[in-house]
Amino acid sequence: MENKIDSYAGSLVASLVSHMRRLLFRVLSTGAIPNHMAFILDGNRRYAKKRNLGEGMGHRAGFLALMSLMKYCYELGVKYVTIYAFSIDNFKRRPEEVQYIMDLMLEKIEGLLKEESIVNQYGVRVYFVGNLNLLNTPVREAAEKAMKATENNNKSILLICVAYTSTDEIAHAAKEAIEEKWGQIQESSKANGAQNGEISQEKHEGHQTIKLADIERHLYMGVAPDPDILVRTSGETRLSNFLLWQTSTCLLYSPKALWPEIGLRHLVWAVLNFQRIHPYLEKRRKQV
Amino acid sequence: MAQVQIREELPEGLKQELMPKHIAVILDGNRRWAKERGLSVQSGHRAGSRVMKALACLSSRWGIEVLSLFAFSTENWRRSKEEVDFLMSLFEEVIQTYEDEFTGSNIRISVIGDKSKLPESLQKMIASAEESTRGNTGLHLLIAINYSGRYDIMQASTSIARKVKDGVVKVEDINETLFEKELETNCVEFPNPDLLIRTSGEQRISNFYLWQLAYTEVFFAKKNLPDLEEEDFIEALTSFQKRERRFGGNKYTINQSII
Repeated sequence: MENKIDSYAGSLVASLVSHMRRLLFRVLSTGAIPNHMAFILDGNRRYAKKRNLGEGMGHRAGFLALMSLMKYCYELGVKYVTIYAFSIDNFKRRPEEVQYIMDLMLEKIEGLLKEESIVNQYGVRVYFVGNLNLLNTPVREAAEKAMKATENNNKSILLICVAYTSTDEIAHAAKEAIEEKWGQIQESSKANGAQNGEISQEKHEGHQTIKLADIERHLYMGVAPDPDILVRTSGETRLSNFLLWQTSTCLLYSPKALWPEIGLRHLVWAVLNFQRIHPYLEKRRKQV
Repeated sequence: MAQVQIREELPEGLKQELMPKHIAVILDGNRRWAKERGLSVQSGHRAGSRVMKALACLSSRWGIEVLSLFAFSTENWRRSKEEVDFLMSLFEEVIQTYEDEFTGSNIRISVIGDKSKLPESLQKMIASAEESTRGNTGLHLLIAINYSGRYDIMQASTSIARKVKDGVVKVEDINETLFEKELETNCVEFPNPDLLIRTSGEQRISNFYLWQLAYTEVFFAKKNLPDLEEEDFIEALTSFQKRERRFGGNKYTINQSII
């Protein structure tokens, strides 16, 4: 009997909390809501140490925090959420930790595809962004499967940056753009082989210039607009080679909380700060 | 290259071995400062330029290797013609002063950004200052005029594309190391800032260095540029020295990191 009352009370409280949250989001929505939020998930290991847990438990706690945060973002109306799950630099860590994270990612990617997962609840399309060839086969295949399985979802988008660094992304995009241009030039040379040399030269000059759009097209993150807010937890204020190209005018927010401690209040604070500068940034964007 | 100048003793609390090699500053807040005091925008910029000089002098005295100052972005052309013209003539004045006064302090001046779009007189001033300070071996002062991070990445891409066309570089050789060498910061020994300071309290990068800021510690100073004082600079340096930089690894890999 007591258990029944406890669980009834528990679900009443949960329902009340959820109700209040929705009310809060409705108030926030009277102002601009960011279209795209990006997160650097820093502090899992420090959290584990703080709570005397095994290091792996920190990453698991981090995953739970991520699920809550995604839920809040999508409820609020944020369309794109990007997370920095694993950097190319992180391969430098101890092999046991890297393996643990890879196994955890595999487990969680497979979990994302289950019926009751947040992906299906909120109609989320999932992208894995980065140099996926650096991942081991099981993880890469799971990622590709997840991308295929969610490709028809269109309510919200989740971008998971894995085996990613911004400098790798930019160098790769430049290489692809140049390779594409070079291919076009060579083809046009062959086609113009018999024509007047001067005309070919002019055509050459025009085709050779790499334009901004060429680079942007080849960026791994090209599937999403630039983020409006970049949140990095654990109090560190640095970009750690994440979305350098895309965050050129983005609001940077670095709460002291460790990633597993991130909560609704941080999201609300970030959005309020975004709403404060949004009119100025919109005005500037229109002037371009 | 060995440092020739004599370094001043650091303020209390700052450790020599933890000093950043390259500091970058986003010079923001001149107009807000002027508005707060009912002064003209020009007065704000002039007051800001005095702080630019002070930052250069402090950095030189404390043995900083490179100081980057974000003076004018590729996006600033959209400001009023009056303000832009004023800024161009202010830069001429400033660079002339630096050329005259910095030789004694062994400071080298370089200007990065798309110089071709600047007034001819300013271009000439820049060329002269760069030439006459080329042999200086102390602080290397980088002034970014008509610069932006995206512009730098685009010009690097264009330069590499040209080299591919000329057969100097093969497409398959394009990687991060090659790319970084093409950025305009390739003129300094330490192209990537260790510390970025942005004044005026705004928390964004505003298209300053992008590639180069991959691992930079960022410090947001609440004061507008003209109000910035030596103690604020010290506060930024103190904050920097406390930070634990892991470069994606952990405590065990810090010593192996090469950035």
